Amino acid sequence: MPETPTATLPAGGSAEDLRTLEAGLDSLQSEPARRRRLDLSRILLPLAALLVLVLAWQFYVTLGLRRRDQVPGPLDVLGSLGLLWQEGTAQEAIWTSLQRGVVGFAISIAVATPIGLLLSQVRVLRRAFGPLVSGLQVLPSVAWVPAAIIWFGLSDATVYFVMFMGAIPSIINGLISGVDQIPPQYRRVGRILGASRWEMALHVVLPAALPGYVGGLKQGWAFSWRSLMAAEIIAMGGTLGFGLGSLLEQGRQLADMGVVMSAILVILFVGIAVELLVFAPVEKRLLRGRGLLAGSTR
Amino acid sequence: MTQTLTPAREPGSAPGAGERRKEGGPRDSAPAVVLENLGKRFGAGPAVLENVSATVAQGEFVALLGASGCGKSTLLNIIAGLDVPTSGALEVPSDGAAFMFQDSSLFPWLSAAGNVELALKLRGVGRAERTVRARELLELVNLGHAADKRPHELSGGMRQRVALARSLAQDRAVLLMDEPFAALDAITRELLHNELERVWRETGRTIIFVTHNVREAVRLGQRVLLLSSRPGTVVAEWDVSDEHRTNAGAAGELTAGITARLREEIRRHA
Repeated sequence: MPETPTATLPAGGSAEDLRTLEAGLDSLQSEPARRRRLDLSRILLPLAALLVLVLAWQFYVTLGLRRRDQVPGPLDVLGSLGLLWQEGTAQEAIWTSLQRGVVGFAISIAVATPIGLLLSQVRVLRRAFGPLVSGLQVLPSVAWVPAAIIWFGLSDATVYFVMFMGAIPSIINGLISGVDQIPPQYRRVGRILGASRWEMALHVVLPAALPGYVGGLKQGWAFSWRSLMAAEIIAMGGTLGFGLGSLLEQGRQLADMGVVMSAILVILFVGIAVELLVFAPVEKRLLRGRGLLAGSTR
Repeated sequence: MTQTLTPAREPGSAPGAGERRKEGGPRDSAPAVVLENLGKRFGAGPAVLENVSATVAQGEFVALLGASGCGKSTLLNIIAGLDVPTSGALEVPSDGAAFMFQDSSLFPWLSAAGNVELALKLRGVGRAERTVRARELLELVNLGHAADKRPHELSGGMRQRVALARSLAQDRAVLLMDEPFAALDAITRELLHNELERVWRETGRTIIFVTHNVREAVRLGQRVLLLSSRPGTVVAEWDVSDEHRTNAGAAGELTAGITARLREEIRRHA
């Protein structure tokens, strides 16, 4: 065995020298870990934006261009919301809708994920059903409400059916586009490492497609929440529980603008809360873990 | 100096049974990789590889040198079993080969240790042993301290060392390297040359190292094969002796000789 070569190595190339040299270079080349701190601007800026909007609203109302019962001010709406809360109507509606939303969304995930994986992996199925799934995503799920009422009557089945038609295609599409965006090199590495078809799907394709999948889930939730509201507005009575959409429709029937505005705001608020408390943290963790957050405006 | 500027070895003679070469050491054992008149073309296009014949002994470090378009990567893909030749025959270990790419190709959702462990897992190594073994391999490339870091938190050189640890985790006799240090800065590359040589000596792997850097080829290889371009075929071969490794002057001379030959090869396409 020849000695450690010195032709291109700086003088004294022992294993220990190499180790310390490398350690030095490593610390020079990698960034020191930065501690994350709570950034107040994340909380204050949205609040300021909200305040500006409410003030603008109040300003418009004070101009007195419209009758007060048609365009109530922020304080009027707050008043009727307080009233709904005292009666317990608001809580009941929120609970009913949220429960339906979560159950419907969970079932949608369970149905859409295997279908999405299958479509993304099997060329024949993808070619056959891909356009249909994309098309279903474009079709507003409200369009299914009349059909659902005829098939299922005024029951929960109607509401769930409409939600599925909204959420499932969009989750499938998210998963497929997540899989499509996987760099080919990942699969190549998987093959080099000796992954079987199943192992490839589990250890390479799914984790690599996760950001796209979560994006699809997020959109799927938005679609199912929207579809739910639409279904609740159109289909009332029967064995149907009283949800936020029903509250909105009831307000319209009673020509009570305060109730209508309250319902709209609560629907919006629930949407924002789910986004902030569920999807934003998951998405952020995912992106940070892959080093994709640096330089973004998030 | 042993500059044996030979044309590609006669087909058929290479894998011959009692073939012995002048130098001692690992090359006395049975060949690890044998390529016989290998040819490759994609569809109806021009030949990418033509009549490539080479023998790589067990434990040997061969540098494959060539300008752009010589089909180096295609050749590695064929040896790795990712691609099939259109003509000729090859003999490779049945369990395939480990592969290291120019970019580290680490999975960004796994930590350094996780990437190494995945390679072990796909080889069927049990959970407890995986953890220990991954740790050892990272220690081998002096990265024990970075085991829990994600790839994006590592420098380019560190990523390549993790990739090296991962390819060692595959535990294949043959390690194919496709310009693994081309994208690194000079200091880091120099360091990784030492690192790779140390790992090679410690693990006894057969390494086929593709590069377009003559100095790198002379620095690392026991043998340097020059591939021509369009179509790629082995046109010359040099042995790098121990003298070249210890004597900077001799190494420089050899480098100059190979560079001249490489340029001549490139000029043919003017």
